[in-house]
Amino acid sequence: MDIDLITNILYATVRTGTPLILVALGEMVCEKSGVLNLGQEGMLLMGAVVGFMAAVTTGSLFVAVLLAIVAGILMSLLFGFLSITLVSNQVATGLALTIFGAGLSAFLGSSYVGVGITGIEPMSIPLLSEIPIIGKIFFQQDPLVYLSFILFGLVFWIFKSSQIGLKIRAVGENPEAANAMGINVHKVRYLAVIFGGAMTGLAGGYLSLAYTPLWAEGMSAGRGWIALALVVFASWKAERIMLGAYLFGAFSIMHLVMQGLGFEVAPNLLAMLPYIATIVVLVLLSSDHMKTKLSAPMSLGVPYRPQV
Amino acid sequence: MFNVSLKLEKRPSDSQTMSFLSPLLAILLTLICGGILFALLGHDPLEALYTFFISPLSDAYGWAELGIKVAPLLLCATGLMMCFKAKIWNIGAEGQFIMGGLGGSWAALQFMDASSSWVLVPIMLTGMASGLAWAAITAYLKTHFKANEILTTIMLNYIAVNALLWAVHGPLKDPQGFNFPESALFVDTTLLPLINEDYRLNISIFFGLFAVVAVWTLMSRTWVGYQIQVLGEDAKAARYAGFKENQLTWFALLTCGALAGLAGVSEVTGPIGQLIPSISPGYGYAAIIVVFLGRMNPIGLVFASMLLALTYMGGEMVQMEMALPKSLTGLFQGMLLFFLLACDLLISYRVVLVKKMLDKKVSPSATVDAA
Repeated sequence: MDIDLITNILYATVRTGTPLILVALGEMVCEKSGVLNLGQEGMLLMGAVVGFMAAVTTGSLFVAVLLAIVAGILMSLLFGFLSITLVSNQVATGLALTIFGAGLSAFLGSSYVGVGITGIEPMSIPLLSEIPIIGKIFFQQDPLVYLSFILFGLVFWIFKSSQIGLKIRAVGENPEAANAMGINVHKVRYLAVIFGGAMTGLAGGYLSLAYTPLWAEGMSAGRGWIALALVVFASWKAERIMLGAYLFGAFSIMHLVMQGLGFEVAPNLLAMLPYIATIVVLVLLSSDHMKTKLSAPMSLGVPYRPQV
Repeated sequence: MFNVSLKLEKRPSDSQTMSFLSPLLAILLTLICGGILFALLGHDPLEALYTFFISPLSDAYGWAELGIKVAPLLLCATGLMMCFKAKIWNIGAEGQFIMGGLGGSWAALQFMDASSSWVLVPIMLTGMASGLAWAAITAYLKTHFKANEILTTIMLNYIAVNALLWAVHGPLKDPQGFNFPESALFVDTTLLPLINEDYRLNISIFFGLFAVVAVWTLMSRTWVGYQIQVLGEDAKAARYAGFKENQLTWFALLTCGALAGLAGVSEVTGPIGQLIPSISPGYGYAAIIVVFLGRMNPIGLVFASMLLALTYMGGEMVQMEMALPKSLTGLFQGMLLFFLLACDLLISYRVVLVKKMLDKKVSPSATVDAA
């Protein structure tokens, strides 16, 4: 394997890792506030289909990305209304969101299957892109990849040193205490859920506008679920989400690596790898069950009803 | 000045009436929303709803086709009901179904020169064992590593889809099939007997009905069933009573795996008759909706299976008659589950009108009196 091939593989790893980073960061913020949104897969598909439809009809990729985000937000509001306002079971509601999103996206996109668009093109960043190897891997990507770097920085900062981060955490750990301190629990949770929806919608847009500029039913292929595992794997830390996402990205492009090494393996068997890796990660986590329990937000998945 | 607002108030105890009415209300809301959707698409809503929900059942053939779809839904839902009763969130019926179909197809292809239908016994058993083995992975991961079963079952669903694709492109591909990703057509002796030669409906519907009765009896009349119910309602109490949580988890998951596997093998040896790249239109996921909609009650499950089966037929019908996308099926299923979750809120809460006097200070107790 020569250096060019390795660089290309790492370049592709960053690309495949990007949607996972976006979804997982959004879900992390959501979970930090105590809300477990299992509907990521449904929101991802909605972001992808709405983004793609917008790109075809308006011809503007910028509008398309914005509408993908809006689609994610609308889906998350649906989830928020049921799980926060109507205190429904978060697990069942999340599953419902996924089933609904899969159905609605297939319906909306049915006449867009097979339509082609020019996707978001890579855009080299001056100077940085000329650094050997690193430049090619990180700075000759498309704008949404750069956006994922910025959003990572934002989420990292929020929980490292901001008031907002403290509020979100307070609500996720002990909503009663947070309420007593004068924090509006429902408002914080709604905002966190909306942020998660926006991130996942953006990730959907990335899939159908940049990663593979097309629409296919169920094209997210379980990335929403993998991202959910990733959040646990990263023990709710942004920097570990970033690393984990690239690790999973690497698993998803194993066929490139295998071809590079000259192996012939059936593509369908290689396609299983990211899912197997997710299961392995879940098993590894269990060796440290206590730690996972300690790093999880205390009130994760517990609806909050203000006492009257 | 009065300001009237709606408020949720917890009921002293869950309402049995609402538990029964909630699915009906959810169906009604789905129909209303569906009608609006059809109107937005430029169709007469009543006519479109008629095409979707009534016209597929206008003749005996339609009812037989409904039965073909009820069978796998009922089998999967029965297994899932057992898991959900124990609060085991098994989302893996889809994968267990696919593995059942895959294992069963392999077995059926071993009997290509069989002269007696008795070979169906080992074929069915292989299918059940395949689904069971797939569920065993989840049970092992859950009991040994406390791995979250929602995530493991979903990952296993995706792995199963890829295993199926691998099999039809590789080891189980028909050598004489012009390189199509399909197995050879199964011989007649390896196909499930039809109930009536004029229709495609086969005996798998009896498997489904038998399973739902058997599992219901098990859950309500036996010690194992009782333990599973207690485990689901109060895990701490179950542990305190000395119930073996791990054994019960294994039991519920394996039962579900075997039933979903049976559904899968019945599909390939039934209406499909060979192994193809897609053997399930999402029965394993739709079965989750069946369990919720059917209130985990045997009669409820049968009716809910019929409704969900009808959504598949309705999707095909509006595609043929009105040139609308078949994927309306998934949309209707999703809406149904959403409305159901929202309506279920009324089981433990009631909506009350709260009148507030804005110009006077009202103490909380006074508000309660007014309500």
